[in-house]
Amino acid sequence: MATTYRIAVIGDWESVMGFRALGLDTYPVTSVDEAREKVKELAKTDCAVIYLTEQLARDMDDVISRYKDELRPAIILIPGREGSLGIGKNNIQRAIERAVGADIL
Amino acid sequence: MANITVNPTRMELTRLKGKLRTAQRGHKLLKDKRDELMKQFLDTVREVRALRAEVEEELMTVHKSFTVASALMSSEALEQALLYPKQSVELTMTCQNIMSVNVPVYHFQTKTKSDADIYPYGFAATSGELDTAVDALGKVFQKMLKLAEIEKSAQLMAEEIEKTRRRVNALEYVMIPNTQEAIRYISMKLDENDRSTTTRLMKVKDMLLAQAIEEQRQRDEKLLEAYSAKDSAPQQV
Repeated sequence: MATTYRIAVIGDWESVMGFRALGLDTYPVTSVDEAREKVKELAKTDCAVIYLTEQLARDMDDVISRYKDELRPAIILIPGREGSLGIGKNNIQRAIERAVGADIL
Repeated sequence: MANITVNPTRMELTRLKGKLRTAQRGHKLLKDKRDELMKQFLDTVREVRALRAEVEEELMTVHKSFTVASALMSSEALEQALLYPKQSVELTMTCQNIMSVNVPVYHFQTKTKSDADIYPYGFAATSGELDTAVDALGKVFQKMLKLAEIEKSAQLMAEEIEKTRRRVNALEYVMIPNTQEAIRYISMKLDENDRSTTTRLMKVKDMLLAQAIEEQRQRDEKLLEAYSAKDSAPQQV
């Protein structure tokens, strides 16, 4: 279990550049299609966590839900530079609805 | 239920009874599993919500700092400053088993030991805002990793709960009632067969009895006739 994994950050350049200083793998993308490809590509490699900006995540629900039930990679949405869109929070809500069958919190 | 096609035999009945017992035990176990998972899930979800709110807020502050930094520096200089990271992060992942759901646990290790030593650039050519931004990002990153861990756990648990819930419902509302119905059907059929056998036996017994009585009666008549023919003495009294 001692394999080491990488952490990737995908988003527009302004949002991801800071993470580069922390030693994460940053992938600045300009379009949703590009991001979609990148996520698929990274999922095949040794990438355990992918941080994705909500601005991109908004239009790539298909890819995100595809990896939702797999152990790796964990796709975590972070607010981009333009601010939070509440998608991350909505996703938690959706997970609850999925599990409980109703929104209880 | 109209759609059961079972053989009304004792063997089938025994088999179905076994099946029902297993189904009921499975139902109980799965229900317990679902309840425990739900408890864990709700705890996790509460944590996720709190942490996510925190992370989002802090990230926005970080983004603001970066915006200020990029306003103070040219974008080329900024890119150059962050181009080659000094720090590198190694992530190891182990699995933790919560009620048969494998959830990830991340451990990460940074290459440089001290937190103060993460700036990949010289301080001379960059603005102080950048330092603040990078520093803040370094702090929020710990939380982001924790968030990744628990959010993924929550997602995986949600999936498992959904599965378990479906199984529980299938057992409770389809499997168990159907089996019970089939058992009732078979036992009624067997009882019916029993009763019909009894009736048949009674009927046969009646018939045999009637025959025996008839035979006896004929024999008596014959004897009486023979007796009356032998001595005709008391013809009339």
